[in-house]
Amino acid sequence: MDSIHQALIEIVGEEQVSNRPEELYIYSFDLGTTEPHRPDYAVAPRTTEEIQGIVKLANKEKIPVVPLGGGLSLAGLAVPFKGGIALDLKRMDSIIEVNEEARYAVVECGVSQGQLTTYLERYYPHLTHSEPGAPPQATIAGNVAIHGQGDLAHPYGFNSDMVNGLEVVLPTGEICKFGSCSIGASWFTQHPLPDLGLFLGWSGATGIITKVSLRLFPCKSIRGTGLFVVENEELVPEVMYKLSHTQMAEDIVAFSQAIPPFASGLQHFSINMAADSEKELEFKQEIIWDDTLGEYIRSGAGGFLGFVRGLQRPQVSKTSDWRKGGGFEYVGSIMPVKKYPECYRRGREISERHDIPYTVLGRCIGAAHSMMFSWTYAFNRADPETVKQAREALHETDDLVLELGGTIWKPGLYGQKLAMERLDPNTLKLMKKVKQLLDPNGIMNPGNWEVSQ
Amino acid sequence: MYELKFDEKKCLRCKTQDCLIKCQYIDIDRDTAKREILKIAHSEDSFVLHDCVTCYACEEYCPANNHPFYLIVEKQEELDVPPLPRPIIQRGINTGIPFRGEPVIEEINGQVLNMGAFADLMYLIQGKLFQGLPVISADPRKMMHYFCQLMYLHYARTSVIKERLPRIIETITKHKVTEVICFHDECYGTYTSYCSAVGINVPFKPVHFFEFLFNRLSELKNEIRPVNLKVAYQRPCSSRLSSDKLHFVYDIFKLIGADHVERQYVDENALCCGGTIQGQRREGSRKRAADVQRINIEDMISAGAEFCIFNCPACYSTLGAMVAQRGLKPIFMSDLCRLAIGEKPAGWR
Repeated sequence: MDSIHQALIEIVGEEQVSNRPEELYIYSFDLGTTEPHRPDYAVAPRTTEEIQGIVKLANKEKIPVVPLGGGLSLAGLAVPFKGGIALDLKRMDSIIEVNEEARYAVVECGVSQGQLTTYLERYYPHLTHSEPGAPPQATIAGNVAIHGQGDLAHPYGFNSDMVNGLEVVLPTGEICKFGSCSIGASWFTQHPLPDLGLFLGWSGATGIITKVSLRLFPCKSIRGTGLFVVENEELVPEVMYKLSHTQMAEDIVAFSQAIPPFASGLQHFSINMAADSEKELEFKQEIIWDDTLGEYIRSGAGGFLGFVRGLQRPQVSKTSDWRKGGGFEYVGSIMPVKKYPECYRRGREISERHDIPYTVLGRCIGAAHSMMFSWTYAFNRADPETVKQAREALHETDDLVLELGGTIWKPGLYGQKLAMERLDPNTLKLMKKVKQLLDPNGIMNPGNWEVSQ
Repeated sequence: MYELKFDEKKCLRCKTQDCLIKCQYIDIDRDTAKREILKIAHSEDSFVLHDCVTCYACEEYCPANNHPFYLIVEKQEELDVPPLPRPIIQRGINTGIPFRGEPVIEEINGQVLNMGAFADLMYLIQGKLFQGLPVISADPRKMMHYFCQLMYLHYARTSVIKERLPRIIETITKHKVTEVICFHDECYGTYTSYCSAVGINVPFKPVHFFEFLFNRLSELKNEIRPVNLKVAYQRPCSSRLSSDKLHFVYDIFKLIGADHVERQYVDENALCCGGTIQGQRREGSRKRAADVQRINIEDMISAGAEFCIFNCPACYSTLGAMVAQRGLKPIFMSDLCRLAIGEKPAGWR
């Protein structure tokens, strides 16, 4: 047994460390098109102190550390490009606190979206969090670390805007806290202390988030989804602005996809609404469907497809079967809402050029300040040619995002490179300084955001 | 091209104009009704074309079997008076496109149950009622090859029905079937009513699902234990195309000891589930649908119903949760029948 393996066992116990090829294989890839890279060790710590021990060891030995939550980023963000330690955080799964009055939850980094949803439904049904469209095993910490968005993005913005505080293990092993918790108060606010902003959006390249305080929001007793449809993609921005203006929708998502055929060439809106009484629900429905969208219905340009109680979360993962073989990856972007028509048309062109059924989606963020627009490409895992086609389409789409004036959301290596090529030189210089200061040996998730190169 | 057999003279001779007089959604007197139906027959615009909620009921009301509903939707298409917004129509047309390969054709050489576009309800098809019965369109990926297309009456797109339906019939026929039990009224109405109205040949014998259920229950009579439930039946729009089979609803209820509660909105006066109405272009359609649904459910409750019985999956999808919310148990007719022979309803998963 090598000394690193032995040292890791001493930190977390024998059961939680592996260097067996069959287990390392699992950590060598994600579900997207990124080429696999095998780590040297997979480690599953249970405490912040264990993580601290692992990081100190890695820093001393200059071994890469790749933190992994649900492993669902798809963009290769947790693929160990340079080997080292795959740090599986799923055992850090305690919901430490729910504060009803200040409306926040403090969770360990392995707590999943589904776990928090279930917990709140059971014990605090009047509170909810902004759950992304990802499968329920996606983690809270992983999602805020990539600036994710969820089904409360329209009123409240990015999930990373909902962070009240963080606990982070730095690449050199120190444990730091940020937000009100850092001065000994409760975890109720991120503000108004000096802004450090060192960990969100870095994809784990500056430290390991171990605890998150996340804002919770009122959860009304009736929640449901209504569907609206238009043919003309040019109408999408104005419909989205109008819906946003009502301030009565929790979530506004526009989508179009080639499969199943009913959605092809049409722009659907799924609109989540919530109410505490039938009276409130009908009032909101009247404002949205009759008053705001009625003009489209009467002119025949738009159609109301009904309202169903119970939330319908977008499930882009269904597209993984469009070419058989269960593979898909998407490019996400943060875009001005007015760009929807062009995003749709250009995305369709890219898909059709690569013989992939098109799937696009735009989620309204923060009162239509922006939208997250995604282009999804299916591929067959067993067919390298379709993987290649999807990868090419993804790269073309990364280019498109920047051409259209957007920013790439959770970019993979190709997208990160494009972004860094365009970054303001002084900003890039500052990022280098930050990275070198925090991670002098470059051990954290190497390959990602390598500004020092 | 297939042409609707509509005889204007029958309307001229008609003394009732029941097609429009009995309409529950349009308030009209007899003289106006006669004038409007003739205008429609002459391809002239009529307020009826704009106000029709496409509930199919006039097909049943017409004493001369002259197909007023088929006429109305044909003219809505011809005169470009779509009852629904364009994107909903396009969405509906797209829905019927098969996209997951060709179906496997197995030769049946006899009677078969056709699930049509409802293969995802195959879980209902279990137990003694269906023992040994071959099923076609059991695969949700291939079910659009068996989709009768009649839904497009709601969309005023009879051109789509006429274009696609012959291929659907061809697919079913390839199974070498003699009798086709239609899971949904809509399929039965297609093959017995619509096809004959427009001259499409149907080379098999359609069997109504309720007739089949009644006959199977009769064979299993010794196993029936009266359910002793007060039930209301949600009559679907497409059952207006086969009103001669409506008696099987009562025959089944009688056989299994279900008490069909006395309602105001029943049989000819039955109310639509509202699923189509809510999306229509006409001003106030969403509220109109909600009103119809509220009145319908209130009527079931005030009549003392405990269960709401469905055959149409679209009605179930639209009203199922609503009736449940008001304390009624929604259940498919086949499940109610299975309950009567001591089986656990499949929908109660």
